Amino acid sequence: MTYLTVVSALGGGVLIGLAAAVLLFFNNRTAGISGIAAGILPPWQQGGGWRLWFLAGLIISAPFWKLLGGSVMIQIDAPLVVLALAGLLVGYGTRLGGGCTSGHGICGNARLSVRSIVATLTFMTTAGITVFLVRHVA
Amino acid sequence: MNINFSAFISGLIFGIGLVIAQMTNPGKVLAFLDVAGNWDPSLALVMAAALVTLGFLQRLIHKPAEQVQDSDLQTCVTPKAKIDEKLIIGSAVFGIGWGLSGFCPGPALISLTSGLAGSYVFVGAMFIGFFVFNFLHRGR
Repeated sequence: MTYLTVVSALGGGVLIGLAAAVLLFFNNRTAGISGIAAGILPPWQQGGGWRLWFLAGLIISAPFWKLLGGSVMIQIDAPLVVLALAGLLVGYGTRLGGGCTSGHGICGNARLSVRSIVATLTFMTTAGITVFLVRHVA
Repeated sequence: MNINFSAFISGLIFGIGLVIAQMTNPGKVLAFLDVAGNWDPSLALVMAAALVTLGFLQRLIHKPAEQVQDSDLQTCVTPKAKIDEKLIIGSAVFGIGWGLSGFCPGPALISLTSGLAGSYVFVGAMFIGFFVFNFLHRGR
């Protein structure tokens, strides 16, 4: 890790925590991205328009950051078939587990929720095993 | 503040945080998950910084669990909610998808503006996954 990597990791993390605090303070909501995104599909709940606004802000963040002179690096190595399977697993799994890296990993853990701690340890473990199998065994 | 505006600002700050921290780069995320390879531990710092920041601000804001509305995350903000097989199986399945792609939901959505085919395929499949869940578990 270079000095710059450490600074960008810490700076990015602080912004993520701040963003979650904004949503908690003004909207009384947990910044769980899988839950917010899935909530735009039917069955719709009353008063869910804020979800679209949150997602709009999220999606324009990369071009906005570029506009400010920042750089955005996105390197996707997996084949499309693997990405399709992975997307299905991420979509279904995050709904069944009630959260993802943001909802459980950040918001739930910050509240010291035992469910979120267990969820985080579980998905970190299966993700690590999957990467190990793909990169070092297969 | 208008709740749509605050949601937009939250999404924007969240996204910039993910971009700066390079969580939006699947190559970087996979390097973090690859403990046996050339391990890049920096994403642990992202999580640590986010947790410390939110933990601190949360104390200032002081919202008891009952005030936080979230249909499914209510179970996560309530400290004594039980651990069930759905939580374990769902999280395990999510982790496999994350490990295969390097994408979790937030970064995947942000990657849409990159114009890469892999990003569209992943996000499309993710929404199908959400839909399948809603369809199978409707009427809960």
